[in-house]
Amino acid sequence: MTRTARWLTLVAALLMASAYVLPLWRISLIAPQYPEGLGMKIRIDNIVGVKENDLNSINGLNHYIGMKRIEPDMIPELKIMPVLLGVLIAAGLGTAALGKRLPLAIWGGTLVAAGVGGLYDYWRWGYDYGHDLADDAIIKIPGMSYQPPLLGPKQLLNFTATSWPDSGGILLVLAGLLVAVALWKSYRKPAHVAS
Amino acid sequence: MAHSFRSRSLLGLAVVVSTVGLGYACTARQGGPSKLTTSEAAQRVYVAPGAKDEFYAFLSGGFSGQVSVYGLPSGRRFKTIPVFSQYPENGYGYTEETKAMLNTSYGFVPWDDSHHTALSQTNGEDDGRWLFINGNNTPRIARIDLTRMETEEILEIPNAGGNHGSPFITENSEYVVASTRFSVPVPNRDVPINEFKKYFKGQISFITADKPGKMAVAFQIAMPGFNYDLARAGKGKSAPIEYMHNSIDAFTRTATSEKLTSVLTVDPKDCPGAVYFMPTPKSPHGADVDPTGEYIVAGGKLASVIPVHSFSKMLKAIEAKAFEGELDGIPVIKYEATLAGEVKNPGLGPLHTEFDGKGYAYTSMFISSEIVKWKLGTWEVVDRVPTYYSVGHLMIPGGNTRKPNAKYVVAMNKITKDRYLPTGPELTQSAQLYDNTGEKMKLLLDFPVEGEPHYANAIEASKLMEKQVKFYKLADNKNPMAVRAEKETGVSREGKKVHVRMTAIRSHFAPDNIEGVMVGDTVLFHVTNLEQDWDVPHGFAIMGNQNGELLIMPGETRTLKWVPPRAGVYPMYCTDFCSALHQEMQGYVRVSAPGSNVALTGTLSKGPSAAPKAEAAPAAPAAPAANAKKKQ
Repeated sequence: MTRTARWLTLVAALLMASAYVLPLWRISLIAPQYPEGLGMKIRIDNIVGVKENDLNSINGLNHYIGMKRIEPDMIPELKIMPVLLGVLIAAGLGTAALGKRLPLAIWGGTLVAAGVGGLYDYWRWGYDYGHDLADDAIIKIPGMSYQPPLLGPKQLLNFTATSWPDSGGILLVLAGLLVAVALWKSYRKPAHVAS
Repeated sequence: MAHSFRSRSLLGLAVVVSTVGLGYACTARQGGPSKLTTSEAAQRVYVAPGAKDEFYAFLSGGFSGQVSVYGLPSGRRFKTIPVFSQYPENGYGYTEETKAMLNTSYGFVPWDDSHHTALSQTNGEDDGRWLFINGNNTPRIARIDLTRMETEEILEIPNAGGNHGSPFITENSEYVVASTRFSVPVPNRDVPINEFKKYFKGQISFITADKPGKMAVAFQIAMPGFNYDLARAGKGKSAPIEYMHNSIDAFTRTATSEKLTSVLTVDPKDCPGAVYFMPTPKSPHGADVDPTGEYIVAGGKLASVIPVHSFSKMLKAIEAKAFEGELDGIPVIKYEATLAGEVKNPGLGPLHTEFDGKGYAYTSMFISSEIVKWKLGTWEVVDRVPTYYSVGHLMIPGGNTRKPNAKYVVAMNKITKDRYLPTGPELTQSAQLYDNTGEKMKLLLDFPVEGEPHYANAIEASKLMEKQVKFYKLADNKNPMAVRAEKETGVSREGKKVHVRMTAIRSHFAPDNIEGVMVGDTVLFHVTNLEQDWDVPHGFAIMGNQNGELLIMPGETRTLKWVPPRAGVYPMYCTDFCSALHQEMQGYVRVSAPGSNVALTGTLSKGPSAAPKAEAAPAAPAAPAANAKKKQ
């Protein structure tokens, strides 16, 4: 590992810690009756409204289509993710301390796996919410499901739902890019020179 | 005594009649003001769809007893704030939580006549906390919270009759001053009316205004009755009195009444130097102070000039004892000693004056139907514009404060014949908006108003917009009958009272099928709106209720009393089109004959749509009818 790569690794690990305070993801909803918009922020350990009562309002609206209430307490990932992130950060710091490129490669691979896994999990929850609708829903449209988009905008009845990484998520992506650069710098030269 | 009053008012009438003719001549001679073209004026008042007005204007409702909220410059009405009158539209004065607001020492009074608004001030500027308004008929002062645009507190004023000269606010809202229009016997009791001199007093009340929920009559100054003879003062400083103080608790959102039985009365004779009289011609009505505090402009309805008194000259006159006599022990300062100047030939019937903070004053002329702009100091008239017709008060945003924002002048008119589409014998009152950015006032807009606005205030929208409450937090709801979730709802009996704790949320009430109510019961529906979002009120009404309806803001609990007169099944429903499933928000109450054995239940019709329930309905009325027959 080059000196630069070690620094990059350290910075990446520290950047990842920002996810403890910054929201990872944001789903925004706009409809004619909601010009001010509604929205949810997904944090590492919670889901909160963008405005104080947004989550409550979204749940209220979702009951029309028979969607389950979004109850952060019922989502185990929100308890697992803070621990998982802690482990990943610790591993990152360890990698930087070791300064060897193999651990860096393993760590980088783990990060990619965690990112893909996280996105898949998010998609799975969205699929579940969007498809597992109550039989006695007030509004039932045959063939209609309400899965929120993974990325970008999507029209769901009168709402335009938009899903993007929030500040914490963007920093995580940035951390991943730093790791990629670190890997590239480390593997550009033969092992005996690099490490 | 009464006789001499009558002859004086006859004389007054004669003067009015003779000057009306002159008024027309006068207006004609002055010629029209420079005008804007229609499209220029339209552009100035056009607020595009979705755009916001520059000012909130609060116009008193006059004989409606309420306050109306308008936008300026559009003249669009946004809201009626119920104050002194019951308001069926939102249940004010009908719901159990708000009835107490209209309690007085005379009992429940469902109406009043609201005249003058006063915005709260800090350092002599409008601060947008509260709006005060008087009840003229049954003397009261109300405080409206401007973050909720809702009446929060009403204080009855003892020893008063016709609370007209109020509320006038001090620079830091310490007091609002309320002077009685009618002098009345103090204490009020059975005395011959022609012994006015002996018994009648004109009380001026100083009301603590800056402590929400704690408005109180700090003291009253017992002024002589409005006869100008020297008279003996009435006796009885700590007279036996009763008056009411009604206020809404912020957390239960429920009004309570408190009976008060004493007031501190100050007799000016006991406090020499506390009160002086300053004579001013002629049938004086308005008294307005300019932004610097130096000039006091009097509006002598029948005077041919507008006299302007000087505050500093008044102080000097008091020091030099330039008195022309005494009234009931109160010194009367010489007219000339306080006079700063007179505006000559202002027009006819000067009433009220507002200021622009740039050295000009604007006086409404009731009889000649115009607004006259004149210069403080030189007293020359610089502009006049007609009003349509018979302007009472006029208003400049902040025009009674230290810092007016005199972009606009608003005239409030009593007569509108031929101005709008006619509507039978009763015609609307109106307001006119004038551009006041140049030297000459220019008419922009003429809009009809609710009730009869006397005075009004306007405040920059930016001072209030961001402070608006959007809904009440359910967690803060301390109404004892509130429920926070559907599972806490229920029906219970307490003797002949049935309490229904209900929730309302878009699509349904819970419970929505209630049985076991009997004729002779009083049913109290305590409905909590579970929504926690802006602009989602729910309504609630039940067939044949001799009361009103509920309009429940999100997070709020409101209680509707209902005494069903006969057995049957009574539909109930949401009255505010809340959502796509508004029409589905409905249910039934089954009322059985007295002594019936139908169990008291409140159930939730399963399923989101009430349609199947409605189909099942025809079977329901049979049961109570059968019960009723059994009893006979």
